[in-house]
Amino acid sequence: MTKLQTLPAASSSDATSGKSPRRRESRGNLAYSRSARIKGLIKHAILILVGGVMIYPLLWMVVSSLRPNDLIFREPGLWLENLEMSNYTDGWSALTHPFGHYMINSAIVVLGSIVGNLVSCSMAAYAFARLQFSGKKIFFGIMLLTIMLPFHVVIVPQYILFSQIGWVNTFWPLIVPKLLATDAFFVFLMVQFIRGIPKDLDEAARIDGAGHPRIFLRVILPLMVPALATTTIFTFIWTWNDFFGALIYLTDPDMFTVPVALRAFVDSQSATSWGSLFAMSIVSLLPVFLVFLFGQRFLIKGIATTGIK
Amino acid sequence: MSAIGELSTMTRRKGPMTKEEKKANGRDNKAAYVFLLPWLLGLAAITVGPMLMSLYLSFTDYNLLQPPEWVGLDNFVRMFGDARLHNSLRVTFTYVLVGVPLQLAVALVIALVLDKGLRGLPFYRSIFYLPSLLGGSVAVAILWKQIFGTTGLVNQVLAMVGIEGPGWISDPNTALGSIILLHVWTFGSPMIIFLAGLRQIPVMYYEAAKVDGATTLQQFWRITLPMLSPIIFFNLVLQIIGSFQSFTQAFIVSGGNGGPSDSTMFFTLYLYQKGFGQFDMGYASAMAWFLLVIIGAFTAINFIASKYWVFYDD
Repeated sequence: MTKLQTLPAASSSDATSGKSPRRRESRGNLAYSRSARIKGLIKHAILILVGGVMIYPLLWMVVSSLRPNDLIFREPGLWLENLEMSNYTDGWSALTHPFGHYMINSAIVVLGSIVGNLVSCSMAAYAFARLQFSGKKIFFGIMLLTIMLPFHVVIVPQYILFSQIGWVNTFWPLIVPKLLATDAFFVFLMVQFIRGIPKDLDEAARIDGAGHPRIFLRVILPLMVPALATTTIFTFIWTWNDFFGALIYLTDPDMFTVPVALRAFVDSQSATSWGSLFAMSIVSLLPVFLVFLFGQRFLIKGIATTGIK
Repeated sequence: MSAIGELSTMTRRKGPMTKEEKKANGRDNKAAYVFLLPWLLGLAAITVGPMLMSLYLSFTDYNLLQPPEWVGLDNFVRMFGDARLHNSLRVTFTYVLVGVPLQLAVALVIALVLDKGLRGLPFYRSIFYLPSLLGGSVAVAILWKQIFGTTGLVNQVLAMVGIEGPGWISDPNTALGSIILLHVWTFGSPMIIFLAGLRQIPVMYYEAAKVDGATTLQQFWRITLPMLSPIIFFNLVLQIIGSFQSFTQAFIVSGGNGGPSDSTMFFTLYLYQKGFGQFDMGYASAMAWFLLVIIGAFTAINFIASKYWVFYDD
């Protein structure tokens, strides 16, 4: 067994929370040593420096979006003399549609993808984690392999398929694959989670006469809310950021999602209006940032246990 | 437990699944296939079907308008003589072979600093992780394009100390470097996996080492690295597979055309141009299969090499 394989979903829930007994103990030992305290200070200094450098470009973008255009190319600092909201109003209406139109398009795709992933991945996961059936091992292996399959191998025929059924410039090519559980990462995540739920609970329900649909809906699903939350959050962020799929399938400006709209923005006015380009970039990042703020706990857990990013 | 870990157990030994399977042979077949129906449909229609079709198309000339015309190995022969494709391979390999180790090294160092009972861990973790979430977005690629532009943030800062920087992304020598830097910037997600792995190392090993008088450096080489090697391996495999498929950053930063003298023409970007720019679907399919073979080979080499450096604490 590898270390990885002994990381069960349930027990690593606070794998990186800093509250394990070992932490407390080592902190206790350190507390009295002066050299350790200096070491701690050096560490904080390094971390603040590295963190500052990492976050600086993002902060600078926020500040630049509130500056007049000519200042963006002269001012590396973060101070603002007065707030310039015109970048936001200009940017909002710079394309054929107001930017809100693209946000709504993105929201539709995101919502459809979330529903699709939640329903189909949880069903598949229940089968893999709890049911015995012929071909299980082979199918499970295939499912794991599809996690690592580069999507370029399927994108050309998928495009041909969807264009032949007339789905180019609709949201279907972006949503239907999710309804069919093609994000195998989440199937795997949920299998792991269900394996951590005591089997006695299903047995009890079965003795009470419940069939598989009922066990799935009444016993397993309510208990796997954390896994469903992780799936929701990651699906949100990935779909919101998805550029390649949208670039290929959505060529009509009416149907643009936020990333393709931003790209059209770059092409249409490139060097002249960095301010409003940044303003709309901030607007496009805002939903991801909010999801990050509220879903951090699940995000960290999801990464620590399965390596999804 | 990771997908990669699970796969390697499946190949290494007979899992308990088989025994259970035999015991309960066929008991839940019907219910199972009902639950698996969406996934099975997706496997057939979205994954395996298209894979087979893409394999077929790679032996054809197809522009979406006329029916595919069988040309045998022509596409693959063409790839041999396609200088732009060779260049795109060089660019992609440089990106993967420089970017991935660099990113993982930074992730590991920061994870080690964060690991030892430090106050404010959740705060630092959030700061370091945020770029991972935003890094794949068009917005951040746009930001990068400005930061490394001729009058961009980097050169503004350099000007303050009297250095006149190059036009990073308009200079073929530095354009790829700035995209690699963007990749390194997103070290947060492997860092979190490293942190989780560090927590799993039993503290008694370190205590025993301390009793024996081992230095911090010795503890790192003799305990931390070997115990962490499965996690390093996992991150390595995952990041290599992911990096070969990078697209958004190169597309936006290079304005969709591969940048100055094709210096940021990633393999995926060239594939996109062939397939969806020129509708040379047969060639694009051949390229896609070539990419699959490359990624497969890298992953296989990784797995074989892992026998020599990944330590399993059985």
